[in-house]
Amino acid sequence: MIALGIEGTAWSLSVGVVDEKDVIALLNDPYIPKEGGIHPREASQHHSEKIAPLLSRLFETVDKNSIDLIAFSQGPGMGPCLRVIATAARLLALKLKRPLVGVNHCLAHVEVGRWKTGAKKPVALYVSGGNSQVIARRGERYRVFGETLDIGIGNALDKLARHMGLKHPGGPKIEKLAERGEKYYSLPYVVKGMDFSFSGMVTAAQKLYDSGISMENVAFSFQETAFAMLTEVTERALAYLDLDEVLLVGGVAANRRLQDMLKIMCQDRGAKFFVPPKELAGDNGAMIAYTGLLMYKHGYETPVEESYVKPDFRIEDVIVNWD
Amino acid sequence: MKVYLGGEAEVRILEDVVIKKRKPKRYRIKELDDELRFRRTRNEAKIISQSRRVGVPTPIVLDIKNDTIVMERIEGKPVKECMSEEVSREIGKYTAKLHRAGIIHGDITPMNLIKKGDRIFFVDFGLAFYDNKIEPMGVDVHVYFESLKASFENWERLRDAFIEGYLAAGGNMGVIERAREIEERGRYVERVSMG
Ligand SMILES: Nc1ncnc2c1ncn2[C@@H]1O[C@H](COP(=O)(O)OP(=O)(O)OP(=O)(O)O)[C@@H](O)[C@H]1O
Ligand SMILES: Nc1ncnc2c1ncn2[C@@H]1O[C@H](COP(=O)(O)OP(=O)(O)OP(=O)(O)O)[C@@H](O)[C@H]1O
Ligand SMILES: [Mg+2]
Repeated sequence: MIALGIEGTAWSLSVGVVDEKDVIALLNDPYIPKEGGIHPREASQHHSEKIAPLLSRLFETVDKNSIDLIAFSQGPGMGPCLRVIATAARLLALKLKRPLVGVNHCLAHVEVGRWKTGAKKPVALYVSGGNSQVIARRGERYRVFGETLDIGIGNALDKLARHMGLKHPGGPKIEKLAERGEKYYSLPYVVKGMDFSFSGMVTAAQKLYDSGISMENVAFSFQETAFAMLTEVTERALAYLDLDEVLLVGGVAANRRLQDMLKIMCQDRGAKFFVPPKELAGDNGAMIAYTGLLMYKHGYETPVEESYVKPDFRIEDVIVNWD
Repeated sequence: MKVYLGGEAEVRILEDVVIKKRKPKRYRIKELDDELRFRRTRNEAKIISQSRRVGVPTPIVLDIKNDTIVMERIEGKPVKECMSEEVSREIGKYTAKLHRAGIIHGDITPMNLIKKGDRIFFVDFGLAFYDNKIEPMGVDVHVYFESLKASFENWERLRDAFIEGYLAAGGNMGVIERAREIEERGRYVERVSMG
């Protein structure tokens, strides 16, 4: 079977085609804000202008008629963006006369990660711009065991970067700067049970920068503190659930320092560490296609009249009837 | 002897004492790691004793070093294995007592509660702190509710029993409401910062 997936919950606009074995095609046309952070309206305008050309380009390499189903990211995300891609998916499904499958975006991050790394029953650390969650399968659902009490780690990195005059997305720039950091300045380390918080840390790091501490040292201190928090909570989930696999997904999964911390933690506990390739860790259409395929094979289909968008869609809301 | 490799510490359960040592974490840089381990050890010992003084069953602290606490061993069953509505109600009562004394436990989960006779002992004050505000108390209760959801099919009834106990022992209804709000908030506040 061959599935086409459309992703566009926030800044990313991406279409992918997969079969059971592999990714066949993946094309991206992300929205990059000119100033400051992401503006939902601008992002959705970008998506509505670019989705048709992006699909045309895709159909230059993939035969339209070989596609068996259309999957789309139904939520969570920004309402205006979600509506654009849902509309595109519906039109395509009607035109090609193929079934439609609405996919939970967070679930797709986890499932594509398991698919491409071979992790079986992992504790998943899902870290992106908007989300930061520790997720694990419990019976017929994925459960969120811990999550941010305020902003996602990616947004926190982007916010700090912006304050230091760096352009969006800030995460990769902070990573580069941090490599040259030498001195650690203490920042609020906030872990509450399995939950954690970043907004106080961002404010404190901005103050450090304003007081004349170098960008390198601010970036270094920020990463060391924030990633230690994430690693600690992931380790707690391993201990509590008695599991021995960690899967890192989401855009921030590209960060080498975060990968290293988790790797070391896993080594010390005798657990295994998995991370998918970068292009499948961040937002992408292939993860939606793959998860749509998986769901369709297990009896899921979304009739057009039920294909409304779900900006607050939680991973817990999906019944998982596959292995 | 049983050695428990927790999320945070190595806990050795001996005949009549428990030795909790926060071993270095290699993934954290030393400055941060030492600061966290020593601070949490001191803090934990202090709050364990303070909690007992306000009527919440906790182990007696026998000795403290940099990263190590030696305490009385509580011989009982982990609540994870013997949870019931009655037990959850009792947990609610003690949580209210902690909160009325301005103590936030920070990690109220079935793993950190031990049933001995009909008393529930609270252990693992590693993340505990002092605060009188509604918000951290709400988070404290929220953490407990989430752990119920994660572990028990009948989590809704267990949650209601906790609330009963919490209010009966003079806990503030505002805290329970806040815990609910926090749950709602977790569901997509993130986006606020993007606009
Ligand atoms: N190397 C890196 N180090 C740290 N952060 C990074 C790195 N690369 C990307 N990021 C961050 O990842 C985030 C983007 O993540 P992602 O691709 O998952 O998109 P998203 O829209 O935030 O995702 P979601 O909709 O799942 O919340 C940005 O905040 C960016 O700064
Ligand atoms: N005084 C005690 N008497 C009996 N058992 C205890 C005592 N203290 C701790 N334990 C047991 O040891 C386990 C681990 O202890 P504790 O929770 O303090 O460690 P931890 O490393 O903080 O764990 P985690 O971070 O995973 O919650 C507890 O869950 C409890 O079952
Ligand atoms: Mg514990």
